Amino acid sequence: MLTFTIRRLVLAVPTLLFISLVIFMLLQLAPGDPMAQVPLTVPPEVKEKMREALGLGAPVHVQFFKWIVQFFWVEPQVLIDHIFGTTFSEGQLRVLSWQTRSPVMDIVVQRLPQTLWVVGMSYVLGVLIALPIGIYSAYRQYSAFDQIGTFVSMVGFSVPTFFTGVLLIVIFSVNLGWFPSIYDTTHKVTDWDSFVFQLRQMIMPVMVLALYNAAQISRFMRASMLDNLNQDYVRTARAKGLGEKTVVLVHVLRNSMIPVVTVIALGVPQVFGGAIITEQVFKVNGLGQLLITAIEANDLPMVQTLTFIFALLIVIFNLIADILYGILDPRIRYD
Amino acid sequence: MTELINQPVPSAPPRSQWRDIWDQFKTHRGALIGGIVFFVIVLAVFIGPWLWPYDPTFIDIRSRNQNPSWAHPLGTDQLGRDMLARMMAGGQTSVSVGITAMLLALFLGSLIGVLAGYFKRLDNLLMRTTDLFLALPLLPLLLVMVLLFREPLNAAFGPETGIFILIVTAIGITSWMPTARIVRGDVLALKEREFVLAARSIGTTNFRMITRHVLPNVMSPIMVSATLGIANAIITESALSFLGLGFPPDFPTWGRLLFDAVDYMQQYPERVLWPGLAISLTVLSVNYLGDGLRDALDPRIRGR
Repeated sequence: MLTFTIRRLVLAVPTLLFISLVIFMLLQLAPGDPMAQVPLTVPPEVKEKMREALGLGAPVHVQFFKWIVQFFWVEPQVLIDHIFGTTFSEGQLRVLSWQTRSPVMDIVVQRLPQTLWVVGMSYVLGVLIALPIGIYSAYRQYSAFDQIGTFVSMVGFSVPTFFTGVLLIVIFSVNLGWFPSIYDTTHKVTDWDSFVFQLRQMIMPVMVLALYNAAQISRFMRASMLDNLNQDYVRTARAKGLGEKTVVLVHVLRNSMIPVVTVIALGVPQVFGGAIITEQVFKVNGLGQLLITAIEANDLPMVQTLTFIFALLIVIFNLIADILYGILDPRIRYD
Repeated sequence: MTELINQPVPSAPPRSQWRDIWDQFKTHRGALIGGIVFFVIVLAVFIGPWLWPYDPTFIDIRSRNQNPSWAHPLGTDQLGRDMLARMMAGGQTSVSVGITAMLLALFLGSLIGVLAGYFKRLDNLLMRTTDLFLALPLLPLLLVMVLLFREPLNAAFGPETGIFILIVTAIGITSWMPTARIVRGDVLALKEREFVLAARSIGTTNFRMITRHVLPNVMSPIMVSATLGIANAIITESALSFLGLGFPPDFPTWGRLLFDAVDYMQQYPERVLWPGLAISLTVLSVNYLGDGLRDALDPRIRGR
C-alpha cells in the first residue's frame, strides 16, 4: 500500500509542473499590458523601469522559474511564519497581484472561507441527498420511486446551475421575498438572529449546487447498486438467511460504495470550478468571483495562481481517489 | 443451376444491425421523446427565422419592454427587439456551437483513442497526455483562453466568426478526453479479435484496417459520446456567455439572452425563463437521446 501511494505521489509532481507550465505559457500570450493604467505623462523610460520591477523584462524561463520558487518555496514559508511566528520569509518577494499590489495569497486566504462554506456545504448536502435516493431507486428498480428519481436526477443534471440559480432568485427573492438574492460576506455570526440570517442567505446557493451534485452522484450510486444486486454473493447472502436489511445495507452497499467514493472524491475539484458560476449568480465574493475579476482586469499573477490552485485541487483529489480506491479494493493494489 | 432455384426462398429479408438498434431504441420511451424534442428544437431554430417576420437585431425603441401579445408572443426586450426572433437566432448559435464543438471533440477523441489503442508505441505517450488534459482546470482555462484570443481572432475573422471559431475550438480541445479513453479501451479489445487477425493475414495495411475494421466497430461509443458532447458544449457555451465572456451582446445566444435578462429580472422575470428553459430542454432531450442510444447500441442489453 505504501509503495502504491508513493508511486502515485511521484507521478503527481511532473503533472503539476506540466500544468503550471501550460498555464504560464498560455498567459505569456496575453495581449494586455499592466502599464496600460499608468498615466500618459509618465515618460517611457520610467515605464520600462516599472515593467522591469514587475519582473517582465526577464526571459520567459527565468520568469517561470521565479514564479515556481515564489509559489512553492516562499509562500509555504509565509504560511509557516504565520503559524509559528518565525521570520523565514522576511525580505523575500511574494507573488504580487497587479491590481492591488498586495500578495495574491493574502487575497486568496481572505476569499477562501466564503467559497469553502458554500461549496463544501453544498457538496456534503448533495452527497447526503444522493446516496439514499440512489440506493432505494436501485433496490426498487422500475418502481414509481425509481422512475421519478431517475427523471428528477436527469433534469437536475441537465439544467445548468446558472438557470436554476436565477430561477430560485426570481421565485424566492423577487416574488416571495423569503431569502436575500445577494450573499453578504461581511456578515458575522454572533447570536441566534445573525445565525438565522446567515442560514437564509446561504440556503439558495447551497441548494442550487447541492441539487446539481446530488443528481450526478445518485445516478452513479444507482448504477453501482444495480451492478452489485445481481451478483452471486447477494444470492448466497440471502440463501444463508441473512435479513434483507443486512444484505442490502451491509453486503451490497459496501461493495457498491467503492466506485461511488472515488466519484465523490473526483467531483470535488469540479464543484470548485462549477462554483465559479454559482458565485457569480449569487454575488458571493469567493475564489470564482476573484478569478473572473482578475481575468477582466488582466491581472496575470492572480489568474495564474488561481488557475494553478484549481489544478492543484484536481491533482490532489485525483490522488485521494486513487489511494481510496486502493484501500477499499485490494485488487487494485497489486497491478 | 436448377437446384439453386428450387431451394426454399427466405420469407423475410435478413434483419440488419441498424434495424435491431432502431427496434431497441423505439422501446426506450424517454429516448424517443428526447430525440423528437431535439429534432423539433433544431427545426424551429433553423427554419423558424425564415417564417417569422421580425429581425432579431431590428431595434424598435417605441415598442420596448412589451408584454407578450399576438404580434410579439414572447414580448420585446429593452430595445424593442422581438424576443421570439432573438430566441430563434440565439438557438441557431447555441445549437451550431454545440454540434460543431462536439464534432471537433469527437474527431480529436476518436483520433487519439484509435491511435493509442492501435499502435502500442503511442499508447503510453497519448494516454499520459490525456491524463494531463484531464487534470487541467477546464472552466478557468476556457475563461483565460477566451480572454487571450478574443482580440486577435476578432481582428482576423470579424467579431462574430472570430468568437465562434474561438469558442468552438476552446470547447473542442478541452472535452475530447473521455471519448479518447473509451475509444482506446474498445480498440484494445477489438485488436485481439479473430477478424482483425484474419484481415491482417491477407495483408491489410494499418490505414485500411483502422478505417475498414476498427472504426465501424467503435461507432457505438462514439455516437453515445456525441450526444453527451452536444449537451456539454451547449452548457459550456451558455456558461461562458452567462459570465459575459462569450458572444458579443448584439449577437444573441441562449446564454447571452439569459445574462442580459438577469438585469431585468425583477420587472420581467419571464425573460429569464425562456432562454433558460430552451437550454434546459435541449440539454435534457439530448441527454435522454444519449441514454437511449447507449441502451440500443449495447448488444448485451438489446432484445431484453
